[in-house]
Amino acid sequence: MKVTLFATCIVDMFQSSAGIATVELLERLGCEIEFPESQVCCGQPAYNSGYVKEAKEAMKSMIDTFIDAEYVVSPSGSCITMFREYPHVFKGDPVWEPKAKKLAEKSFELTQFIVDVLKIEDVGARFDGKVTYHTSCHMTRLLGVKKAPMILLSNVKGLEFTELPGKEQCCGFGGTFSVKMAQISEQMVDEKVMHVEETGAEYLIGADAACLMNIGGRIERQGKPIKVLHIAEVLNSR
Amino acid sequence: MAMKIGTDNFKERVGNGINDSFMRGAVAGAQNSMGVRRQNATEELGNWEEWRSHGEEIRQHVLENLDYYLEQLSENVAKRGGHVFFAQTADQANEYIKGVVAKKNAKKVVKAKSMVTEEISLNATLEQAGCTVVETDLGEYILQVDDHDPPSHIVVPALHKNKEQIRDVFAKKLGYQKTEKPEELAWHAREMLRQEYLTADIGITGCNFAVAETGSFSLVTNEGNADLVTSLPKTQITVMGMERLVPTFEEMEVLVSLLTRSAVGQKLTSYITVLTGPREEHDVDGPEEFHLVIVDNGRSKILGGEFQSVLQCIRCAACINVCPVYRHVGGHSYGSIYSGPIGAVLSPLLGGYDEYKELPYASTLCGACTDVCPVKIPLHQLLHKHRQVIVEQEGKAPISEKLAMKAFGLGAASPMLYKLGSKVAPAAMNPFTVGDKISKGPGPLKAWTDIREFPAPNKERFRDWYKNREKGGKES
Ligand code: SF4
Repeated sequence: MKVTLFATCIVDMFQSSAGIATVELLERLGCEIEFPESQVCCGQPAYNSGYVKEAKEAMKSMIDTFIDAEYVVSPSGSCITMFREYPHVFKGDPVWEPKAKKLAEKSFELTQFIVDVLKIEDVGARFDGKVTYHTSCHMTRLLGVKKAPMILLSNVKGLEFTELPGKEQCCGFGGTFSVKMAQISEQMVDEKVMHVEETGAEYLIGADAACLMNIGGRIERQGKPIKVLHIAEVLNSR
Repeated sequence: MAMKIGTDNFKERVGNGINDSFMRGAVAGAQNSMGVRRQNATEELGNWEEWRSHGEEIRQHVLENLDYYLEQLSENVAKRGGHVFFAQTADQANEYIKGVVAKKNAKKVVKAKSMVTEEISLNATLEQAGCTVVETDLGEYILQVDDHDPPSHIVVPALHKNKEQIRDVFAKKLGYQKTEKPEELAWHAREMLRQEYLTADIGITGCNFAVAETGSFSLVTNEGNADLVTSLPKTQITVMGMERLVPTFEEMEVLVSLLTRSAVGQKLTSYITVLTGPREEHDVDGPEEFHLVIVDNGRSKILGGEFQSVLQCIRCAACINVCPVYRHVGGHSYGSIYSGPIGAVLSPLLGGYDEYKELPYASTLCGACTDVCPVKIPLHQLLHKHRQVIVEQEGKAPISEKLAMKAFGLGAASPMLYKLGSKVAPAAMNPFTVGDKISKGPGPLKAWTDIREFPAPNKERFRDWYKNREKGGKES
């Protein structure tokens, strides 16, 4: 199956390891990967801050980038949620709305793609360690992907899973919220880190690089011995 | 604006909230327990999503036909001998009620909990006119005794206070000498209030749902105080937001179910009081005179616009009880009697962007509120809509942000620019980078690195890795 990868700007610039793991994992599962160089950002930073006009520029460029793709897959629930929002953003636009719809329909978050499209529940991974998992808000609530990462993790050999208390609570990232409302964001991420610590896990896993950057950055600042990994890296380890 | 509470600015309010460990303990505890109760109460129904859709339909139908139902309601109230007054502004509502108080030569008013009377500052108006106002909802009573401390939650107004604090307030203001046991505190309040009901001239209530077909009003409480407020005083005034009505009892039943389950995780509250006009000949109790005050106060401006769905709200506070921002900053941080997600959407609409421009940004857009709202108001989308209005129409966004976003538009739309920018990023960030992280970031990054580490940009971007690998064959 041919898969067009949308790496996302955060993974491209800051977490290339998650992108690499995504490529290797999908190839191992029999996919042929394509990575269009012209991809940039889904537009979310501007869109969520209310700059819809500016965001639309980014969105149009993305729609064109992926126009010929059969499936677009990304290691980010949040950016795929944004793709799925495109038709709503371009509502009433005779040229872009239909194109946006097409992109939305063929875009999938990585674990969602593996479980729902490839119909694979065990990727044959092995990961020795005690882990907990952060359910990102956009991926679970807006995209509605709750089960797929759990199914995949439950089949990883050697992995010891502990549920994160208060898992449905936002980590306090929220894009520009993290700097605009830094005071509040700090309290939110602190509570999240406290819960992660309570689990006694060695690893915190997540499917959204941005949330991981937030929680991980706070864990590091506090000098806690917890490692942060993208789910692609765990599923790709053997 | 009467909705407004306190004089501190947003940042100060949030700072006070975050430093109030008593309040935060109380709020977190309440969120945790109410969250579980709400979940159980909604799952118990088996088809909660259908119930929500039904609730949404009812509310949308009412809003689409609001003039029709308001007229029907008014006619039915008048038919039973009640007086109806439509107040366009808070002032008009207050003047009318003051007029009734003067005509009745009333010295004392007892009130059942009502957010709309908070919104129009009715208590202050009546007190200035020399009338004693007594709140009878326990939470409201506590706040009133505590020198009119403003409510921090639309259902549990004194949520920010714990029992020890309440004991101290009662001791200081009412000479209370017993312990902080809730039963003892409540008993004391009851004894004090009993006298007030018996000596009050007028009873004032809000309204959960008015029933247009019959001209009835329902009040949902757990204390039964609304029963006494509406049956003992000779004159009764009901104040309602102009959107708070349903066509018939059938729809009311659906909404009451949604309300009680969402608000407190109960199948039903202890009391659901329904009253219809003044006392009739065969009635054994009830008021001799009944007034209905319908308050617009900015609502008709919302109607028909892109924020209309906020008027679907049934004030259950489920959105507040799951909000992670509210959890840490508490209700007073919002600077409005309407707090949490519903407050962040509604306050700028009713009170203006000048006063409430920060509220739409006090959210991560995590969507927890939208998920629980029993009438399916897309709260996080409305918060986003506010941001768009602030940027595009109000022009209230900071210049630095505007410039940054312009640059974003350019960079994100142009792969060339992005590639260049991301390529030079490691070098640009080099002076701030120690090892693989940035601990003291420049510019806007500082707000991030004050709290957490920021990763140094990858020296080899993902796209570089990919390209090299393509070149070197797949076995990299
Ligand atoms: S917005 Fe929805 S959840 Fe919030 S108070 Fe209103 S009805 Fe309840």
